This record gives sequence, C-alpha cells and structure tokens, in this order.
Amino acid sequence: MHFGPHLLLAALEGLVTSAVLALTALGLSLVFGVMRVVNVAHGEFFMLGAVLAWAISTAIAGHPAIGFAAALVIAPLLVGLVALVAERLVLRRLNYNPEGTIVATIGMLYIIQQLALTFYGPEARPVEPPFSYRILLPWFGYSGYKLSVVAASAILLVITWLVLTRTKIGLIMRATQYDRETAQAFGIPVDRVYAGVFAVGTMLAAIAAVLIVPISQAHYLMGQDPLLLSFIVVIIGGLGSLRGTVVAAILIGLSDGIISMFFSPTLAKIVATLVVAMVLVFRPQGLFGTTPR
Amino acid sequence: MMPLLTTKGLSRHFGGLRAVDGVDFALMPGEIRAIIGPNGAGKTTFVSLLSGRIRPSSGMIVFDGADITGMPAYQRVRLGVAYTFQITSVFANLTAFDNVALPVQRTLTDGRSKGAVRTGVMEALARTGLADRAGTPAGQLSYGHQRLLEVAMGLALKPRLLILDEPTQGLADSEIDNFIELVHEIAKRATVLLIEHNMPVVMQLADRITVFNSGRILAEGTPEQIRANTDVQDAYLGATHG
Amino acid sequence: MRDASPAKTYALHVGVIALLFVLNFVLPDYHQGLFARIMALAVFAMGYNLLFGYVGLLSLGHAMFFSAGLYGAGLTVYHLGWGVPEAFVAGVACGALLALAIGLLALRTSGVAFMIVTMMFAQVFYLLILYFAAWTGGDQGLVIQQASRVISIGGASLDLTNSTVRYMNALALFSVVLLITLAIVRSRFGRVLVAIRENEERTKMLGYDTVANKLAAVVASGAICAASGAAYALLFGYVGSSFASVQYSILPLLWVLLGGAATTLGPLVGTLFMYYVTDIASGFTSAYLLIVGVALILLVLFFPKGILGTIRERWLGWLP
Repeated sequence: MHFGPHLLLAALEGLVTSAVLALTALGLSLVFGVMRVVNVAHGEFFMLGAVLAWAISTAIAGHPAIGFAAALVIAPLLVGLVALVAERLVLRRLNYNPEGTIVATIGMLYIIQQLALTFYGPEARPVEPPFSYRILLPWFGYSGYKLSVVAASAILLVITWLVLTRTKIGLIMRATQYDRETAQAFGIPVDRVYAGVFAVGTMLAAIAAVLIVPISQAHYLMGQDPLLLSFIVVIIGGLGSLRGTVVAAILIGLSDGIISMFFSPTLAKIVATLVVAMVLVFRPQGLFGTTPR
Repeated sequence: MMPLLTTKGLSRHFGGLRAVDGVDFALMPGEIRAIIGPNGAGKTTFVSLLSGRIRPSSGMIVFDGADITGMPAYQRVRLGVAYTFQITSVFANLTAFDNVALPVQRTLTDGRSKGAVRTGVMEALARTGLADRAGTPAGQLSYGHQRLLEVAMGLALKPRLLILDEPTQGLADSEIDNFIELVHEIAKRATVLLIEHNMPVVMQLADRITVFNSGRILAEGTPEQIRANTDVQDAYLGATHG
Repeated sequence: MRDASPAKTYALHVGVIALLFVLNFVLPDYHQGLFARIMALAVFAMGYNLLFGYVGLLSLGHAMFFSAGLYGAGLTVYHLGWGVPEAFVAGVACGALLALAIGLLALRTSGVAFMIVTMMFAQVFYLLILYFAAWTGGDQGLVIQQASRVISIGGASLDLTNSTVRYMNALALFSVVLLITLAIVRSRFGRVLVAIRENEERTKMLGYDTVANKLAAVVASGAICAASGAAYALLFGYVGSSFASVQYSILPLLWVLLGGAATTLGPLVGTLFMYYVTDIASGFTSAYLLIVGVALILLVLFFPKGILGTIRERWLGWLP
C-alpha cells in the first residue's frame, strides 16, 4: 500500500478511537466537572461494560445483532447500578472530599479489576459484531461496523449536549457544578444530582466499551489505556468543557492512530503523556479552556 | 521625615469592579494609622496589596525607600511588613507554642542557639497574656485568645510595619481594653496600620485616620478632623454610627 | 513538637530498632527474609510519609523515585560493574536529582492537579524503562549476580546474599532513615512543613518561601525513596519495570495511610501489617488486589488517621 491510503487507514482507525474516547472522557469530565471527583476507577467501569457485554451477548442465542443490542442496553444499566451503589456506600460518606475520593476510587479500581479476573478470567474474548458489512474503498475494504461506531458516538454526544444545554436536568447540573451550597439552598437535591451524575458518567464509559468490544476484545486489564487517555483528553480539552473534550478526543485519537501506525506505540505514549503533564503544569486550564472564574 | 510606606496610583480591578482605584497614600514611621470606611470600600483589598497577598493592576508601592510592588509576600514579611488576618487563621491543629514558634524561628539571627526559640516564643506569649496556654492546640482556644495569638504571631515577626485587619472583631469589652493597651505597647517599636470598624477603638488608638470609600481615599486627618468632616459623616459615620 | 517528652520519644525509637535487631536471631528463616524486605520497603513508606504526612502533598508518582534508586544502583552494578557502596550512592543521587526536576515542575500545581501530574511523570518514567528495554531488561527485568553483591572493605567482605548480612543492612538503612525522619520532624524545618500542610497561605505571610520549603521536602522524600529502591536492588538482586508501575506509587500511600500519616513509626507499622495480611490471605485466596482495594476504601472511610494516628489521638498524645 502507498503512503496516502496508509495514512487514510490510520486516520480512519484514529477516528474510531476518537469516537470511543470522546464518550469515555465525557463521562470522566462530567463527574469531575459537577462533583469535583477524580474517578480513578473510570477505566474499570469501562472494562466492566465490555466484560458484561461479552457475558450478555454470549448468553443470548440467535443472530449476533440481538445479543449485541441487548448488551448495549443492559450492560450500561448494570454498570450504572454498580456506580450508584459505590457512590452511596463510599463517595457520599467521604463528603466528596477530592483527595479522599481519589484514594477510594483507587480502591474501587483494584476491587473491580480483581473481581473481573476472578469471575471472567485472564482471557481476552471477542464479541461478534452485529453486522459484518465491509465498505469497499479503491485501496482497501473497511469495516462498516467501525464507521457505525463513529456515527453512534456522534449521536450520543449530540444528545448529551442537548440534555446539558436545553433541558431542566442540564440546568440543575450546571447550577450544582457552579456552586453546591447555593444549589442546595435553592432546593436542588444535590445528593441525588451527584448520584445521577456519577452513574451517568460511568454509563457513558460502559456504552463506549460495548461499542468497542466487537473491534477489540474484552479483557480484565483493558481499562488502563482508556483511563489514561481520558485523563489526557479532559486535561487538554479543559475541564467541564464539552466542546473541548470532543475536540481533544479527536485530536488525541487521530494522533494516537497515526503515530502508532508509523512509530513505536510506547514512544507515542511517552511523548503524549509528557506533553499532557506539561500542559497541566504550565496551562492548567487546558488548551481550549478559559481561565476559571 | 521620610515616610515608611507610600503608594502611588495604586489600583486593583476585579473584572469591572475597581476595588482599589488610584490610591496615593503615605504612612510616617511610628504612627498608628486607622483605615475606616463602609463595607466594600476596598480597605481589605488595599492592605492585601500592601502585604503582597494580591498583585496590583497598576500603581506602585514603596517601603522604606525601596520599590516592593513586584515583591512576593514572603519577602515583604522579611523586610518587616507583617499582616494579621481579618478572619482568624491561626494554625488550629498546632499548639499556641508552635504557632508563635514559626515566626520566632524565622526572625532569629543567631542561628542554632539552643533554647532561643523557646525564649522568644514565651516572651511573645507573655506579652499577649497567653503564656499559660502554650501547650493548647490553637483551635481549642477561645475566639478572643485566638485573636490575641494572631497578634502574638505578628509581634514575633518583629515587624517595622504591623498591619492589623479588624483586630477587635468578636472581642469582649474587657478584652478590647487590653488590646488597646497592647497596640500602644507595640507602637513604641513599630508602625501600626489597622482596619477597624469599632469607632471608639479607632478614636482612642489612631494618630491619624484614613477614610476609604468606593476604592478611593475620601478623607484623611486626625481623629478630630475626621469627626468634624461632613463628607465622612455623610458617607459613613452618619449612616452607621449616628 | 508536642515537645513534652523528648526522652520518651527517643527511648521508643531506639527500643524499636533494638527489637528489630533482636528479631534477627529469633525469627524463623522465612520471616527473617520477609522482615528484611519489609524494613527496606518501610524506608520507601517513610520517604512517602515525609511528603504526604507532614507536608500534605499527595503524590501518585513515587514509584519513579523508588525505581530511580532501584535502576540507579542496579544498572551501575550490572553494566558498569560498580561496587555496592558506589552503586547505592548512585541510586540515591538519581532519585534526588529526579525529585529536584519533578519538584520544580509539579510544585507549580497543587491538590488534584499535583496528584495527576506526578502520576503522569511516573508513567513516563515507567514507559521509558520499557522503551529502553535493551539496557533495563524491560518488564523481564535484570537479575544481579551474587558475585556483584559483595561489599569488600579492606580484607573483609560482606556477602549481601547471606540472610543475616542482608537483614542487618536493611535494619541499618531503616534505622538511619527513621532517625533522620525523627530529626527532621522535630526540627524547625519540620515545623514549617507542618505549617504548610495546615495553611500554606498563612505560612507565606509569616515570611516563609513555601515553594522552596516544599521543594526541599520533595527532594528529601525522593532521595529517601531512592535509597529504599537502591537497597532493594542490591539486597534482593533484582530490578524490574513492575517496581515503576503505578501500583508501586499506590502501595506506599496505602502503607502510610494504614500505619498513620504524619507519625514517624506509622510507615513501618503499615508496611508490616499489610505484608502480613497479604501473606496470610494468600494462603486461601490469590485475590491480592482485592485486599488492597478493600483496605484502601475502609481506611479512607473509617480510619483516615491510620493505626498510630488513632492511637495518638486516643491515648498517646506525645507520639511523634
């Protein structure tokens, strides 16, 4: 293959990564934006979504599309439920103290990972894609499913954006984010908002995971890279900025896809991590964010 | 005589709000100066600019002939500009002893000498009447004692200019009398600049008074002159202390 | 600082060291080895505690300082054939220099950003070890041969693979670092560090350059953690990338939280406790991570002050 088509392929792969990453990072960003909680276990909720998707789709016989559709609905709901329980039992009792919650979510990370290893095992397992249509380009064929992941992610992002900007729920969330005490004084049930945001944040990660398992298999350690990349996206994009998150996800996803096709993936990670650390040190509001109030 | 501290066109804007707006101010060595003014007049912002806790938008601050406008707060403290906080902010989990030991150990010039910290601390605690509370965590002291501890910490810095931000707030009347005595005592060795709402305290203590309003200096003079100033009466005294 | 009883304090610390000395001759072989490992790692925890407990800076990247010492000592022995003492010094120097560089950058941030930045720098360090696998051995690691782990002083030689020699060296390092920590905590510098933890803004207004003080603490902490790593490489003869992974940044946090942050002996207690809990638990489950996870959550929920912190609060106010 020549350089041009090669680059196109890399860009397409990068776009798929971006799509999944945008959803995952959006979940992390919502939780941090509204609750000021850094959810270190975010990647594990992602992994949990993928593992559950495997369990659900293998449990349901028939056409793969049925199993996949069931997984797409049920897995995120289950993950949201787990998150709700964790929020009630742990985060709320810590009164959402930023440092305490980091330590606690590190604990959750280990617990979820170990449980997945115990009950799911160390194998990587595939989930059959709901359809296997290949789009034929002049130079190579490309998976139609991968492109549909990009579309699905875009739709979900638009829905989230509409909910955040156009509905009462979005208004309540923004009010809570702006000032917790005042929101409480205005009769907003901050407790329930927090619980809901935490659940929705992890569900976004779970949906992203269900979308990705037909492409990359489910594995109990698969949460680590999405966590790191989501951090990177949220930091580069600027905290609490939906647009920044999406732009940064596309940027990171594309460069990840292209760089790892032409260079060592380890080197790519080193450079990316270092760049992001430097952004955080010298431009803490992110590249696209504005200075905080 | 040369002023100890002067500001020229000192301003600080927060967004559109001109909290401090082009203030020219001079403070002579050895005087006790009170700053008064209605809430939101910019008093606390002004002294925060002097102490270096916030940066000015424009203008200049000169202390003892040196331009300190861009100097970080901790270096100003070392030059002798000490600031005690409006809201008590002693180290609640440390003992009264440790609270005062922090400023004492930094001003010690004789380095390692054993027991020098202890002597200095007990001296400062004794001056503020807190000697018997040395071992008590500061957070467990009464509010009045916490304010006194705050002053003890300021004293222990051996300042040439001591800035007190509402030092009598929350004190009982008997404590206020002691406090006035204490400030007179301090003023023998240092220049004192205080923000104060309690007018009897201001009238008893201050050599001169500066009145702030809307981020600017409205009037300045002896207590008698300020009392007689009609502008001040309109803006401030008349309204709240009629 | 709670300065009523310096004699009691010193007696306690010397007593602990003496007890550990005696244990060498009492413990069965297996536990003697375990204790040597625990003492070496308790030094790591003490270094972490200096920054987290006393200055209040929560780093999620201390594995990089530990492994800077580990590789600084291990690689100079392995590739350059350096002697044990020189390699140890090289390890500590690597850690201190790295801490200086990281401190200068990371201290521009605070709170959550500080945690994430330190974690990212540590991740870069970890990936660099993998990337330069030709020298570092990557995730396979390198085994340092027994012949390289002998200290020869004049005619005498100390073989670090001998279990008693190993134990005594671990104890020596542990004791030195424990006493250094105690001295720091009781010094004027220690008082400033605690003041920064309690209220940095106020400390500035007492004329302290808080950034410089924090930087000094980061370097001291990094150097101590590197000393632990260097000792680990030389005593146990293995260096590997897993020691630089994020898990090894979390472990000292766990040990310190468990033993009691801002207590001098807490790191030892926490490391000892955690090691034995996992040792006992591994008899009937392989779910090591589960225990770590549950312990972290329970600690932060119910015992934020840890074992010694709770004891100090309830009974022994003088505990340093």
